[in-house]
Amino acid sequence: MHGSDEVIAALFILAGSIIVFVSAIGIIRLPDVYTRSHAASKSSTLGVLSTLVGTLLYFLISEGYFSIRLIMGIFFVFLTAPVAAHLIARSAYRNEVPLTENSIEDELKKYYFENELSKK
Amino acid sequence: MTFEIIMIVSLCFLTLSILANIYRVVKGPSSADRIQALDAIGINLIASIAVFSVLLHTHAFFDLILLIGILSFVGTVAFSRFTERGMVIKQKDEG
Repeated sequence: MHGSDEVIAALFILAGSIIVFVSAIGIIRLPDVYTRSHAASKSSTLGVLSTLVGTLLYFLISEGYFSIRLIMGIFFVFLTAPVAAHLIARSAYRNEVPLTENSIEDELKKYYFENELSKK
Repeated sequence: MTFEIIMIVSLCFLTLSILANIYRVVKGPSSADRIQALDAIGINLIASIAVFSVLLHTHAFFDLILLIGILSFVGTVAFSRFTERGMVIKQKDEG
């Protein structure tokens, strides 16, 4: 209907939603809160950024409308999603949520308990 | 016509991922799982609003993308501070 100039926007949006779906499969299937945080933060952020870039390209190509608010949204999501994942993982570790059974080594545990003992 | 079909297919993918996150909110064994899944639901809502604004040919919802991003981040920080220290805003020490 529109011709071939919106193919790249459709490609970005479809790729982003597929990446988000893969991230959701990771959220269901992974065994641990930390590995689920790994799946949820990285790939979900990448998929949402790809979708927003596709939206920006669609409005830029079809209407010539360049949205600075969408640029700000992209920048804000890119900046704050890893910080939120870091805060959640740190609060989970301090509440002693257990790691999965087949994890080999916990280097933070020794450091953390030494600091706790020196604090008291 | 093909473009609308692609948009609807990507909305279906986003809906399935939100349903997976709701499963994790219901089932998740610790509270950090639930906070993580709610944060991911907020992120997926941003992408859904972007696809909807492409599908409806309007750019009236771009404020909403920025607003949901900011609110999701502030809510996640407040919840993780609450589960970490038992309070959200630190009171002033008396003595």
